[in-house]
Amino acid sequence: MKNTADVIVVGAGIIGNAIAYYTAKKGHSVIVLEKSEIVGNGGSSRNGGGVRQSGRDARELPLAMYGIENLWPGLSDTLGYDVEYVKKGNLRLGKTPEHLKILEGLAATGQRCGLDMRMIDGKEVREINPYMSDEVIGASWCPTDGHANPLKATLAFYMKARELGVQFLTSATVTNLKKKAGKLKIVETDKGTFEGDTVILACGMGARPIAEKVGIDIPMKSVLIEALITEQEPEMFPQMLGTAEADFYGHQTAHGSFLFGGSSGMEDVNADNGTPVTHSITAPCICRGIIKYLPRLAQAKIVRTWAGWMDHMVDGVPVIDRIDEVPGLILACGFSGHGFGIAPAVGMTVSELVEGTKTTVDISGLTYDRFKAKA
Amino acid sequence: MSKNKGLTSLNDRSAAIPPFVPAADDDRIICRCEEVTKGEIRKAVHAGLWTLTEIRRYLRCGMGLCQGQTCAKLVKGIIARELGVSPALIEPATSRSPMRPTEMEVIANESEVDFK
Ligand SMILES: Cc1cc2nc3c(=O)[nH]c(=O)nc-3n(C[C@H](O)[C@H](O)[C@H](O)COP(=O)(O)OP(=O)(O)OC[C@H]3O[C@@H](n4cnc5c(N)ncnc54)[C@H](O)[C@@H]3O)c2cc1C
Repeated sequence: MKNTADVIVVGAGIIGNAIAYYTAKKGHSVIVLEKSEIVGNGGSSRNGGGVRQSGRDARELPLAMYGIENLWPGLSDTLGYDVEYVKKGNLRLGKTPEHLKILEGLAATGQRCGLDMRMIDGKEVREINPYMSDEVIGASWCPTDGHANPLKATLAFYMKARELGVQFLTSATVTNLKKKAGKLKIVETDKGTFEGDTVILACGMGARPIAEKVGIDIPMKSVLIEALITEQEPEMFPQMLGTAEADFYGHQTAHGSFLFGGSSGMEDVNADNGTPVTHSITAPCICRGIIKYLPRLAQAKIVRTWAGWMDHMVDGVPVIDRIDEVPGLILACGFSGHGFGIAPAVGMTVSELVEGTKTTVDISGLTYDRFKAKA
Repeated sequence: MSKNKGLTSLNDRSAAIPPFVPAADDDRIICRCEEVTKGEIRKAVHAGLWTLTEIRRYLRCGMGLCQGQTCAKLVKGIIARELGVSPALIEPATSRSPMRPTEMEVIANESEVDFK
């Protein structure tokens, strides 16, 4: 394979693969360098598949809304692989007055940004989803939210990009970046050296040590979060679900299994041995949460559990920006546990950053120089 | 990567592999739990899915009730043959807890407090 291209992308998760696809479609040559032997083995294949706007930060909402309006509905046709996108709404559930207060705040943020999102009472919740327990007293309802299959979407971007001539090299860990004549140009890996006019770090937490080599510090940390899946169940409901306190979230997949993510509350301090392994306390906690809201699932059998890292930015939204101090460098990382739903819009937007044109979507809240110490 | 030498690693995903040729047994079911055929697996390899994990995530073979205990070896052999490499080059997929499908209410009951 060649070792020079217009654009070098680091990381073959859904973000890197989507960037590669949209950039190649504009006629640029692209090389993607991936540390793992497996394409899409990071968070991209381990997430809950939520394609949502509700609950998202106002700085990230334009990407979420643009993607849901313009990119997700035709994505299976565009890529030629079924990504199982379903746009049947998101119920974010509450059981206490405190929960409802949280949800009202989220709904207000959404509405301020022009999102169709409103509060509904328990009766309306059960009209939308008759399986909800009577403990649910209300929810925020966003009818344009939904879900897709993360495994298929991540690999679909990869397969389509590859078809367009993008070169993917796996088991290649990027170790260093170097400038040439004042411009970033050289990408060093354990599999040799590569050169490109633009270098894009789309490698989650992996971006931090690499960016440090050219003097850029990205304020993020890794947090291990978990998910589980049941065996196939008869079709029950098409909505994406979440709760006010985010104790679990999930949906029924096209296959019929239920995919749920969730947390034990110990994520911040759980031991991390360097491999994404599950903790014994988390799946039970997720199951307890689910059963309280969805008693019908008590007998559903869990077939797999797993863990994945999220790259948590200090203020909870990613950096998607060109770096002024290092001409040629673009960052697209720190998705903070919600990068799947916005991935197509991020891919399109970064391909615009590569060309230097004005971006279609407003990403002015996602700059790299927004971080300030306390006054 | 030269065309006739064969692959020594699976890392350059643009490297040339033998062409896809339809076969008489392409509709044979390989993964019985999820009903995945040999032809589907072979096509996925030619679309760029060169590891057992990628094939499994895309086609669901090995994700059904037996979690791949029956078909993993067969799938591995098919991938290796399509790529023209030794099956030893194909890494196994990760096994995941629980080892047997287990009801949510059983898993939920790990804590001493009665959750219901
Ligand atoms: C359990 C869980 C549930 C989630 N649920 C949702 C959800 O419902 N909705 C949603 O929108 N998001 C969700 N997310 C978040 C979402 O999965 C991520 O934000 C998204 O996948 C990020 O994509 P990525 O490509 O940036 O990262 P990744 O998929 O992690 O890819 C980064 C890649 O970079 C590679 N890499 C790292 N360092 C190097 C290096 N030095 N050289 C070369 N390659 C390198 C890694 O190997 C990896 O393949 C969830 C995440 C988890 C873990």
